[in-house]
Order: sequence, then C-alpha cells, then structure tokens
Amino acid sequence: MENPIYIQEPSLITPLGFSVSENVSAIEKEQSGIHEQHRTDILDTPFYAAMIASEKIDATFEKLGDPSKYLKLEKMMLLSVAETLEKSKLHISEKTALIIATTKGSIDALDPDNSFSEERAYLPVLGNKIQSFFGFKQEPIVVSNACVSGILAIAIAKRLIQNNVYENAVVVAGDLVSKFTVTGFNTFQALSNGPCKPYSKYRNGISIGEAAASVVISSEKNKTTAIEVVGDGSCNDANHISGPSRTGEGLLKSVQSAMQEAVISSKDIDLISAHGTATIYNDEMEAIAFNRANLQKVPLHSLKGYYGHTLGASALVEAIIGFEAMNQNKLFTSLGYDESGISEPLNIIQKVEKKTINTFLKTASGFGGSNAAVLFKKVAFEH
Amino acid sequence: MNIKLNIQAWCSVQNGTVICNGKKIVSTDNEQGFSEFAKQVYKNQQWEYPKFFKMDRLSKLTFLTAEILLKELTISSEEKEQLAVVLSNKSASLDTDRKYQDSINSIENFYPSPAVFVYTLPNIGMGEVCIRHKIQGENAFFVFDDFNPLFLKQYAESLAQNNKAPQVLCGWTEIDEKGYNSFLYLASPNGTLPHTEETIKKLYTQS
Repeated sequence: MENPIYIQEPSLITPLGFSVSENVSAIEKEQSGIHEQHRTDILDTPFYAAMIASEKIDATFEKLGDPSKYLKLEKMMLLSVAETLEKSKLHISEKTALIIATTKGSIDALDPDNSFSEERAYLPVLGNKIQSFFGFKQEPIVVSNACVSGILAIAIAKRLIQNNVYENAVVVAGDLVSKFTVTGFNTFQALSNGPCKPYSKYRNGISIGEAAASVVISSEKNKTTAIEVVGDGSCNDANHISGPSRTGEGLLKSVQSAMQEAVISSKDIDLISAHGTATIYNDEMEAIAFNRANLQKVPLHSLKGYYGHTLGASALVEAIIGFEAMNQNKLFTSLGYDESGISEPLNIIQKVEKKTINTFLKTASGFGGSNAAVLFKKVAFEH
Repeated sequence: MNIKLNIQAWCSVQNGTVICNGKKIVSTDNEQGFSEFAKQVYKNQQWEYPKFFKMDRLSKLTFLTAEILLKELTISSEEKEQLAVVLSNKSASLDTDRKYQDSINSIENFYPSPAVFVYTLPNIGMGEVCIRHKIQGENAFFVFDDFNPLFLKQYAESLAQNNKAPQVLCGWTEIDEKGYNSFLYLASPNGTLPHTEETIKKLYTQS
C-alpha cells in the first residue's frame, strides 16, 4: 500500500486490569470481569455487569492528578491515554489528532445525585479535558456512532493520515456502566441473568461493561514487527434503528469493503474478533453475514463474555486483545460458548490454542444500523 | 487517484425556515417550538411517512433536512445505496438524554421507555435517513464544539480518495434546550460550487 498505517502502544483500563498484559493473562485463564452487581444506585435489583471499582481508579489516578476533580470516565480515559503516550514517546505536534470514541461519555453528570455540573456530559467538554491535560494542539475529534465507535475511530484515523490531514493520531475509546445505560437496556429486557453467553444456545441477553482503551495510529513504525491497518469499511444496514438486518447486509458490505481495500480473500484471514453481544438477533445476523462472506471456517471469538458490552469502547478493547493474539500467535476462547445457538455454522474458539495469526479482522455492529470492519496485518521489517 | 468533490446541493433549517439551494422552501412562525414546526413541514411537504412522528427531535430535524435536500436532487437509487453520510453536532443526543434521565431520576416517578432510550444516540437520525432512502454507504457521526467545515471537507475527501464513497452527504444537525439548526450538503463530483472550507462556511452562515 502507498501509505501504510500502523498501530502502536495499546493500553487498557478494564475490570480485568489496568495493563494489556494483565488483561491478556486473565483472558488466557478464561477469567471473566462480569460479576453480579448489587448497586441499588443503578438498578433496584441485582444485575450482571463488568465494572471497575472507583477506589481502584482513584488510587491509580493519584499519579496523574487530583481524582476528586474528574468524573470516572474522564479518569479512565486520561489513565489510558497517559500510558499510551508514555510508552510510545509520541511527540504531540500540530499534525497529531486526538480521536475520542464514546457512545454516552460522562452521562452520569446528568444524574441529580452527581456533584459535577451537567456541562460535563457534553462530549466536547470531555474532549477538551483530555486535550488540555496532555497539550494536544488540535481540537479533539469525537466519534459517537453507537457501538461501532471504537473501531470506526481507527478507520477514521487511518483515512485522515493517509490523506495527509494528520501524521499520527491518539485514539481513545471509553464508556461507563451507568444508571442511564443499565435501566435503558433493562427496558429492552436485553440484560442477561448471568454472564452473557455469545452464540450459545443458552444465552439470554447482554451483560454491560465499562472500559477505556487507547492506541497510537501512525504512518511510522517503531518496531521490527508491527501491526498494519490494511482495510476498513463502515456500512449502514438501512433496515431498522434498534435491530440488526436479518440478512447481515451492512456487516457484509463493511467486511467486503475492508477486504477489497486490503486485497485479501476470506482464506487469508486467521482470526475474527466479532461483536457477539449474545442477543439472538445480533448473533444470528453475524452468523449470516460471515457465512455470506465465506468466513464461516475462520476461528472466531466474541470477548463480551470477559468484558460485557463496553459499548463505544468495546471494539477498540477487543481489537487490542486481537493485536496480542497476533503477537503471541494464540487463539483466545470465546467465553460462555457451549452449544451453538445460531442457525449457520461459525468456527467459534473453544479453547486457547497456538496458531499463526498474520491477518485479523475486527467487526462491530450497533444501533442506528451501524456496522464496521477493520483488517489488520502483521508485518516484519528488516533492520 | 485524485477525485475532486464539489458542493452539488445544500439545505438549512433554522428559526422556522427551510432553505434549499438558496430557495425558501418552508417559512413558518418562528415563535413556535420545534415539534410544531416539524409537524408543519411534514404537512406542507405532504409526506406520508408516519414513522416520522415516532422519532425524537434530533432525528426529526436530521430526517426533514435530508428529506428536502434529497428531493431537490436528481439522484438514482444506485447512487443512494453507495452514498456516505457524515454528520456532526455539539450536543450529541443530550436533548433526548435529558428526557430519558428525567424518567429514571426518582423511584416514585420511574418510567423509562425503550422508545425513548433507543434515541439516546446521535447517529440514530442518520439511521432513519438511511432506512428511508436505502442508503448503505459509510456512516459516521462526529461531535465538535462548533460547526467544523474544515473537518467535514477533510473527512469527505478522505472517503472519496480512499474509494469508500463516490458522494457524501455531510453536515450539522443540532438541537438542545437553546434551539435547533441544521445544515446538510451533498459533496459530489457533479456539483459546481467548490468544496472548500470557505464555501461550506459561507453557505452555513448565509442560511
């Protein structure tokens, strides 16, 4: 490709740990971050969700600043960006973009019990907090495109860098478990009564989670092996605002767009990290779309069984685990899967296994008919 | 590849007035609220799309602006299928978020509804436009402090250069406690006005 784009220095702030290595080690041991929550400030009955203790965030945040001055999501995102910046030693220039992916931002600021001003719920205010904390020179670009936001942000960064708008970008994604989202999904009767079970016959809904994640996207590579972003697509179903297309149209188109750009055929793909929310409609739609794309034999997992659905953060969190799978040449289990609950076959990963992974596909789908697919490739360079 | 985009058409909605390609399409009493205005536009345009009345205010604003703009254009269904939609605003879906928040604030008065919750994302109105016109192209919703013509230009051009979309429906669609305004335009190789930051800004501020 003319202008190759690379991923650098991922970081994760999740219930499974505040470093990529802690997260991967929990996933390798098939440990889930989803637990029964007794939080009457969120829902009057117990519910399953993957949450991060505020005390842990505050204690870790002390090294950056006064935790009482920031909302929970702000702290999670600041911690994540701080680590990515520190590890990458990125010089923030006029040509560095800050791209923020979130569905609801600090929506908890709308809650009357929250002591912060309602202004903090505005996404540009969240953006300005992150921008000024690290001294980014450009106005932040906030992407709020439902549950595909996290992976769409990578595609956006890639496109803008390839077209010389920027030289590099810090992409950060984050969303919270809040009263707002938990009661909302509860009204849809979409919440599972145990940790969610993507693609399983015994699934009964989603689990919500919270997380923040960041990466640097750059036209420069800083290692002898690197992960290149080779193709992307984000197409609308044009079918329904809250239900996925029955034919998987938008997801199929997104995957095809990414594959066409990368000049890759279905047999070249070694791993798919799918959306897998564990709702019947989503899982079934994905099974149909992946079969239509002839990807049914490719090892596939959903990581929602570990993290729950972390909304706008989910696809970036899950992509980062995919990068580790590529680095370690290892397939990670699709936690919660047992017997198939989908009408078409998929090669769902049932145990941790060694396998060479050179090409990795990350997909996501969300409300508003949104879908996104990004393809990554491992590349080695001569010194 | 070097694709040159132009501005083929534009449409703006504010203060009870709809202006499309410089022509006043609807002009109503500015004193009335947005919902009344939206209803009046629907009647005036003789639409038959009852789903419109189920939408939240941001989706109605997005939908009605796109509806009028696309009607003024000659655009085939094949072209629509490949059309990219790139929208932006300042308040995301906070207008409906507040409404939903009010429904969960107290245990005594607890009435959350899935019909409200589903609209608590800014990209839903874009989804409504896609459903209406069978648009299956690239989608992205951005949030900025203010109308950002330079970014719209840069991102639309990136989509075209990367072969992701031959034409892009771009714009701003904002509604909050303070009021509403929207501005959509079609970036296409077919237009005559230059797709520059200055022109986008000029069309936005003129209307």
